[in-house]
Amino acid sequence: MNEIWAGILAAFHLIVTLDGDLVEITLRSLQVSLSALVIASVLALPFGTWLAIRRFRFRRATIATLNALMGLPPVVVGLIVYLLLSRSGPFGVLGLLFTPTAMIIAQVIIITPLIASITQQAMRELWAEYHDLLISLNTSNRQRVMTLIWDGRRALLTGALAGFGRAIGEVGAIMIVGGNIDNTTRVLTTAIALETGKGDFALALGLGFVLIALALLVNFAIHALSRTERHGTW
Amino acid sequence: MVKLAPIASLNDVSVKRRGKTILGPITHSLESGGFTIVLGPNGAGKTTLLNVLHGVERLSSGTVTWTSRDHTAHQEQAFVFQKPIMLRRTVRQNLAYPLELLACKKHETELKVVEWAHRLGLMSVLDHPAPRLSGGEKQKLALARALIRKPKVLFLDEPCANLDGRSTREIETVLREVSAAGTSVIMTTHNLGQARRLASDIVFLLNGQIHETDLAQDIFNAPKSPEAKAFFKGDIVE
Repeated sequence: MNEIWAGILAAFHLIVTLDGDLVEITLRSLQVSLSALVIASVLALPFGTWLAIRRFRFRRATIATLNALMGLPPVVVGLIVYLLLSRSGPFGVLGLLFTPTAMIIAQVIIITPLIASITQQAMRELWAEYHDLLISLNTSNRQRVMTLIWDGRRALLTGALAGFGRAIGEVGAIMIVGGNIDNTTRVLTTAIALETGKGDFALALGLGFVLIALALLVNFAIHALSRTERHGTW
Repeated sequence: MVKLAPIASLNDVSVKRRGKTILGPITHSLESGGFTIVLGPNGAGKTTLLNVLHGVERLSSGTVTWTSRDHTAHQEQAFVFQKPIMLRRTVRQNLAYPLELLACKKHETELKVVEWAHRLGLMSVLDHPAPRLSGGEKQKLALARALIRKPKVLFLDEPCANLDGRSTREIETVLREVSAAGTSVIMTTHNLGQARRLASDIVFLLNGQIHETDLAQDIFNAPKSPEAKAFFKGDIVE
């Protein structure tokens, strides 16, 4: 119990004094996770929507695979990305291992199926509602996907936030591909793992509270920006 | 009413679902420039016929030929559904949507949106969310959204079902205007009074077949078949 109080105090101290290391790793956490979120959303939102409106032979199998990929073990993803980006790997020449870019790649792989699957489920309902109208207006597939994404954006926000939550709290993959290098690839989760390993539970808890606060802050900010509560009940 | 040319020709068209024939086989031409009302009891195939004419129904056999080229025919048609489908946007954005699909200029779009909102009495709700409108307002919006592209053919599937008298009258007034302006209107209804008020031609469907078709005044005054006679008298026809 003492350690929890000490953690809260440590978190308070770190935030009030705007600790340099804390600011740096917090910003890096945000940079990596938000970049991964943007890239994954660009891939997953149209794909999930396309999956909701198209009928093709292996559609059920594709959806089942996508749902299964939601539970991808991050450590395995990290290992595969590590092998791909290592010196002897096919993309070793790019020199991306142990950089924030490698961490972003790993996070994109982890959260894209999650966002695509939530998108597919949300868009399936909206497509059932819009189907006759969009067919009647002779819309192209691209126009259908864009219309559904725009009109279903509030439902999609949930998917994006779930993806962000998974990305910001992820440690296994980014530890492997990022290496937790001070001033380069250290982020909140890997710093917590490091401090825990060193036995500095107060600092680890402090960083943990900062991480939770950060996740909540981003969620609130996105909700406020998209005005979900004021205009959400269509 | 001046007849111009056929809108579409159905050649031995039939629609089957799970082995059951819903419509056809039908061979028939629908002429442009009129106000055609498709009448018939429940399950006669009225909605399916409209969908076939609009080109959104999969045919089990036969062909549909439109006077316009196939790829432009669909662009020249509009469809109003019995249950209006509202995009989760404002009334203004719903009206603008068909024009945005055609990449119309913003200024032109805005002018047309205001024009049609005015014609259908939707100016006071222009910036309201469309899904929150009343049933009558939704159907008026659906009609305005269908007409904003100035279609040559307008299909309506029981547009006034479940509407009050005032909304029905407002919609009928607009339909008469667009028909007089040259748009071919093809509409299904259960309401014989409405058919008498609006129709120039009647297509009477029974069991998926065109049982009788004629000018409205002729068919109402002297229906040829006993089934049509019974239907126009208000009897139950199977």
